[in-house]
Amino acid sequence: MKRVQFEHSPIPYLFIAPQIVIIAVFFLWPAAQAIYQSFLLEDAFGLSSQFVWFKNYSDTVFSNSWLQAAGFTAVFSTLVTLLSLAIALLLAVKANEVIHGARTYKTTLMWAYAIAPPVAGLMGNLMFHPLIGDLYKLMNAIGWDFDHKLDAFDASFVVILISVWKQVSVNFIFFLSGLQGIPHSVVEAATMDCKNATRRFWTITFPLLAPTTFFLMVINITYAFFETFGIIDTTTRGAPGGSTNTLVYKVFQDGFRGADLGGSSAQSVVLMLVVLALTVLQFRFIERKVHY
Amino acid sequence: MAGVELTGVRKIYPNGAEAVRGVDMTIEHGEFIVFVGPSGCGKSTLLRMVAGLESITEGEISIDGRIINEVSPADRDVAMVFQNYALYPHMTVRGNMSYGLKNRGNSKAEIHEKVEEAAKMLRIHDFLDRRPQQLSGGQRQRVAMGRAIVREPKVFLFDEPLSNLDAKLRVQMRIEIKRLQRRMDVTSIYVTHDQTEAMTLADRLAVINDGRIEQMGAPLELYNNPTTLFVASFIGSPQINLVPVVFDGDKLISGDIALSGFKDLPTDADLVLGIRPDDLTQNGEGEVSLRVDLVEQHGAENLIYGALLGAAAEEGEETEICIKVDQQTLPKIDATLKLGVNKSRALVFRKDNGQRVL
Repeated sequence: MKRVQFEHSPIPYLFIAPQIVIIAVFFLWPAAQAIYQSFLLEDAFGLSSQFVWFKNYSDTVFSNSWLQAAGFTAVFSTLVTLLSLAIALLLAVKANEVIHGARTYKTTLMWAYAIAPPVAGLMGNLMFHPLIGDLYKLMNAIGWDFDHKLDAFDASFVVILISVWKQVSVNFIFFLSGLQGIPHSVVEAATMDCKNATRRFWTITFPLLAPTTFFLMVINITYAFFETFGIIDTTTRGAPGGSTNTLVYKVFQDGFRGADLGGSSAQSVVLMLVVLALTVLQFRFIERKVHY
Repeated sequence: MAGVELTGVRKIYPNGAEAVRGVDMTIEHGEFIVFVGPSGCGKSTLLRMVAGLESITEGEISIDGRIINEVSPADRDVAMVFQNYALYPHMTVRGNMSYGLKNRGNSKAEIHEKVEEAAKMLRIHDFLDRRPQQLSGGQRQRVAMGRAIVREPKVFLFDEPLSNLDAKLRVQMRIEIKRLQRRMDVTSIYVTHDQTEAMTLADRLAVINDGRIEQMGAPLELYNNPTTLFVASFIGSPQINLVPVVFDGDKLISGDIALSGFKDLPTDADLVLGIRPDDLTQNGEGEVSLRVDLVEQHGAENLIYGALLGAAAEEGEETEICIKVDQQTLPKIDATLKLGVNKSRALVFRKDNGQRVL
């Protein structure tokens, strides 16, 4: 058998060139820079630098503030992912059952989708403002001695609340379209087979939504890790005492506020490895339970 | 003993559309009833009302003497086979079949036994642990049947279950459904728009048109004695030949054609003469003649389609008719055939309301 060989034309490479250039300039090159920087120690003015091997890494990973940020990031991203998925799923299931005025209802729920994280943060700032914030007043009125400027738990509550609120509408859209993708007759067959609606949801609807849920979980973890930067920067800035520092926010703070480029680069390399490991775990262990 | 009784059943949708306009029907235990009619006639809606998937606007449906209007679908003791099978894609064949039983609280051993038995009956034993995606259309169809059988319901409901299968498989499954229903002796309601399926499966056939039952009866009864023009034209393949006529006191007249031997017909109304293709015979001194347009060879017999010469028709149009002849008869295109009419089997309807007058 002779293998068929088509003549190659250079034109396809031209078509993908813009994408390759973008990836190279904005992703590969900075990543390489970060890895290179993470081995250097710079003076405060950036005039000289010194190769220090893995010192930046050991300083980072064994420092208390990094461990604190890592702990907060774990709690924060777990809560943000779980809560925003759960609330969105509940809303989508209910919205899917609405018959009258369904469109208005759904549109209202989707609205927040268009809001950028920093804007959501600014809105949160207003609502939790100690003088004019309604939510701030409400919290104190119901007997919670609420002060997110001083209390670490309250500050975490604020950033989680805003992050979840911002993400619910995104998840809602996906869940709703996922629900609408379930064949009507399968739902009907289930009604004839199972009387209990809750049980029907967990045995039929939820498993059929699994591909959507898995996709959203990956997206949401990424969101909680990286995109919430804008929310934290506009609300708590990691305060009080670094208790609302996520790993990403700490990279920014140490690098740009603290002028420790080497340490910050080392942190971002570690962060990259953490996210990589997390993604591998998700695809290896959770995706297995998903039937497409 | 589980009969089904429908009294004054109506379905009006919130937008005012009336899908079912008052249906009364008594189905005896073990009967195989087929609802047949053109699409949009309300036959599926009626079936879904029995299943509990559509609410009943007016009237009552009872199964085995119990009124089920307000009973949830799962408690009605009915099982349904859907057109696209509606299998649960994330469950294995076994999971699909045992799901309903599990929810009814049957024990594991009992479920296992029932599933095995049904699987043997339907010959799906070899793929009990596969998922629906891995099965062919015919196999999925069997699984859908199996899911209905294991529940041992009082009534089986079939919503066009064979329309997604290829022609050969359809005939095969049709026979199997009939055999299974006989064996299990379960009251069944079957919806189809395919009149061959309807004729071959039904103990009794309900022809539905525009939300009403046009006529209900044994298949042959409907074929031989349709009470309306609609039933006559819906039942029978190839379709009955219809010729517009008037009655002048002793002859049926259509253009240049005059057929004698009829009496006691209304003379003041436009009529339609209906003759089945089998009731026209080729015959040298026949009363009507046909100009051959097309010959369809079906193997055992040929169908000849052509224009009925001399018949009154709309301007520029000719009255198309069809006759059934044996396989040896192969007339040339445009040849003229003389036909004899079996008048004892001729049907005459009023054109205005479709009611049969002879």
